Amino acid sequence: MERKILLKNVDVPGIRTFEVYRSTGGYDSVEKALKKMTPDEVVEEVKMSGLRGRGGAGFPAGMKWSFIDKKSGNPRYLICNADESEPGTFKDRYLMEKLPHLLIEGMICSCYALGANTGYIYVRGEYKYIIGILNQAILEAYEKGFLGKNILGTAFNLDIHVHSGAGAYICGEETAQIESLEGKRGNPRIKPPFPAVVGLYGCPTVVNNVETLANIGFIVNNGGGEYAKYGVGKSTGTKLISACGNINNPGVYEIELGLSVREFLYDPKYCGGVKNGKELKAVIAGGSSVPILPASLILKTAAGEERLMTYESLADGGFVSGTMLGSGGFIVYDEDACIVRNTWNLARFYHHESCGQCSPCREGTGWMESVLHRIENGHGRTKDIDLLVSIASKIEGNTICPLGDAAAWPIASAIRHFRHEFEEHVLHPEKCINSTIRQFDDVTIS
Amino acid sequence: MLDKKINHPLHAKTDIPVRFSEETLERVRKIIERYPAGKQKSALLPLLHMAQEEFLGYLSVDVMDYIASLLEIQPIEVYEVATFYSQYYLDPVGKNVIEICRTGPCAICGGEAIQSYLEQKLAIKTGETTPDGLFTLKAVECLGACGSAPVMQVNTEFYEFLTEEKIDHILDDLRRKSSEEKPEASKWKEKFF
Amino acid sequence: MLKVTIDNQTIEVEEGTTILQAARLIGGAVVPPAMCYYSKLKDSGGKCRTCLVKVAQGSARDPRPMPKLVASCRTPVADGMVVQNITSQEVIDTRKAIVEFLLINHPLDCPVCDQAGECDLQNLSYENGREESRFEESKRTFKVIDIGDKIQLHMNRCILCYRCVYTADQLTNKRSHGILYRGDVSEISTYIQNDITNDFSGNIIDVCPVGALTDKTFRFKNRVWFLNPMNAHRSCTKCSGKVTAWMRGDEVYRVTGRKDQFGEVEEFICNECRFEKKDKEDWVIEGPRNIKRASVISQNHYLNARKPSVIIPLENRTESLEEYAKENSNENKIS
Repeated sequence: MERKILLKNVDVPGIRTFEVYRSTGGYDSVEKALKKMTPDEVVEEVKMSGLRGRGGAGFPAGMKWSFIDKKSGNPRYLICNADESEPGTFKDRYLMEKLPHLLIEGMICSCYALGANTGYIYVRGEYKYIIGILNQAILEAYEKGFLGKNILGTAFNLDIHVHSGAGAYICGEETAQIESLEGKRGNPRIKPPFPAVVGLYGCPTVVNNVETLANIGFIVNNGGGEYAKYGVGKSTGTKLISACGNINNPGVYEIELGLSVREFLYDPKYCGGVKNGKELKAVIAGGSSVPILPASLILKTAAGEERLMTYESLADGGFVSGTMLGSGGFIVYDEDACIVRNTWNLARFYHHESCGQCSPCREGTGWMESVLHRIENGHGRTKDIDLLVSIASKIEGNTICPLGDAAAWPIASAIRHFRHEFEEHVLHPEKCINSTIRQFDDVTIS
Repeated sequence: MLDKKINHPLHAKTDIPVRFSEETLERVRKIIERYPAGKQKSALLPLLHMAQEEFLGYLSVDVMDYIASLLEIQPIEVYEVATFYSQYYLDPVGKNVIEICRTGPCAICGGEAIQSYLEQKLAIKTGETTPDGLFTLKAVECLGACGSAPVMQVNTEFYEFLTEEKIDHILDDLRRKSSEEKPEASKWKEKFF
Repeated sequence: MLKVTIDNQTIEVEEGTTILQAARLIGGAVVPPAMCYYSKLKDSGGKCRTCLVKVAQGSARDPRPMPKLVASCRTPVADGMVVQNITSQEVIDTRKAIVEFLLINHPLDCPVCDQAGECDLQNLSYENGREESRFEESKRTFKVIDIGDKIQLHMNRCILCYRCVYTADQLTNKRSHGILYRGDVSEISTYIQNDITNDFSGNIIDVCPVGALTDKTFRFKNRVWFLNPMNAHRSCTKCSGKVTAWMRGDEVYRVTGRKDQFGEVEEFICNECRFEKKDKEDWVIEGPRNIKRASVISQNHYLNARKPSVIIPLENRTESLEEYAKENSNENKIS
């Protein structure tokens, strides 16, 4: 039985408008929170829900909220991180496009809980049309008295503004996003201090992902305990998974955490199996930054257990034989995919997106790309493979922000699981036909 | 590495008067009001988008200096930001900027072939502008539409599930539109800012 | 006061002290190298990653180790913290890797670089570098540009420490240079080759850890190790007028701020003192500065240096062992 929290009403015609959204019970949580609950009670419910940050790191949202500094007396801010830029991830775009009011409802409850009177939605610059949709929804919410002064006749005031990014993956990192929102280069800040203490304009700030905030309305309405009944163990609730690559049904799916990877990959309700009847070769399960896993390890753990779509199960085996749920960007590779070319492609991405602030990432990402480019183009040597492993290991963990890790993991894991393919590229480069470049075959999303 | 080249030639001089219209200036004031008093620098990114759209399609030095004066910040603070983000163009671009996604998920779904087809169709290399000034072709990183790969964005529009036939159709369409007046020239400001 | 142990040496420091500052209070080999941190520049540090250290014990209250190496320049100490710098192989290996990263695109043009002999990167790579380079790709190159008539920028040599940007931000009220572009093509620039015209702009030369920003009034005039650094002062209306005058015979070749043992200037000086006053008559010469014996600047300049092989019989020793060691330590007067 499929249970949904976020996308329950996604197919209701006109759900993007305030009236229709309100008629399906939308904004009820705002009334409940503002009129019947204290801010701390809202925080408690979110803690109890076990909701974990949906941006990629999976940090418990309620705990993040509880760190916010209330002693300083400075204004507090909530930033909605809509800078979705992780390759393979497009769930937030879908959510904002279809259900903009779900996000705004969640933000109102969240700002109330945090004591924030200003919220910003930081949308990546490429999503210009989304900005139009969000602005329209915000305008409606103001008109209906859910934003502005004295919301629903209470003492609570809240303004929400949309802020446009301008093309920088790094601005998805929360401190880089804060810098960018302040009109600066997207250079991540050195932590500590954390944004919950010193954030936007030096004030206490919480940065949450779109999907995280979209869940808050349900939690307020039904209680954290009810939310925690979804999912398994510490992976509570549902998760939006954006599936892409060589599959029959690419698209965004809301799954209850705990679904097996096999079912997600092969069930016609979801990915519907590998396209064109090809064999599965590998999967990147949580956006391009997480380790790639070969077919044998994505369906079952190294111990032979069924692999589930949960934070814990995907991470089973550590980085030796596991990966991460990350942001839920599920990229599938079929038997024809060239792992070397794909790894080079991702290395180029991280090289392009490094902010250049700290030396391991600035210098290392470019170096790795050059070496991979050499291997991909038939000029590699066997020792280059170890060189890559060595560079990656020296970037990992030694940078200011997680982009260094994100750049190192795909390369390290590709070599870990597909070393033979790299060696083959070095020894017999002519054998790879760059099978990634092939004719396009039309598909439709069901 | 950023596509912006080392030792980049600069476009300091433009022949147009660099000043927003009264209507745009009113929007500028509203944007600045979104941020706390004294934090007007926060409006820099949205304003650069507006300036790029309103003046030349790219950011020349005098346009950036104008934005600096509007926000009462040093010009270098604008240059630092404009050169950091990949959506701000520092070179003249064509009427339509085609941004084809080249990142992993698009690449495994035929994105690279589509990029070559575009180069062939437009008879330019990626990064160049057609002699008639209608199209600039850029390869960009993930546009966040991997489920409908291969994708490209032209101006603010997404084009998904690209095929060679679709490309033919899209290019014809854009050529036709470009010969007309710039469609609803001021509407973008209402919608996006 | 907080108690912190670095490489088995314990010291008490005030709250808010960083690990690096605590290590500097201890002194000697436990001090991590710092390429971007500059104590006199607010917000500097954290970027170059050469000062990464291992926190083996977070604090007395929470003794768990920190999961990653931390930038000692930006990490405040906690009471009971235990830090490993050169006693940790992981730290040493990482530092070696960081030096490699810093050098892959560096031109290694020390033979024609004015900074040679007083270059932090040169010292760092002597101490922590690899014997050979594993980087085979072509290095990125930038054009040499003038920023104003007194300062030259060799972007190829820059390690993007941001010190010059912070200096301009914090010492002057109109910053006209900054970091442009991003990633490994980031560069220090004024963008449209504006002059940096400010009374204190010359300090960006002093804070530069490498030869990226050099003094055009001194360019190719002499090697630093042929010059004698002398404490000198003059009465100046703009700055303290306390400088180091780099002299050969009676000629003043260049003027810089007075740098301490960690390579930081004691006081920032004005452009007039730095660029305009190149006559011995302009200065009151106080005497020679202390220079580390290990520095090439000290070459051939030692007075009363005793070769370590000369063993003085115990009975002839007038000073205590500690004093003897002190006298033979790195600090020596040069003529």
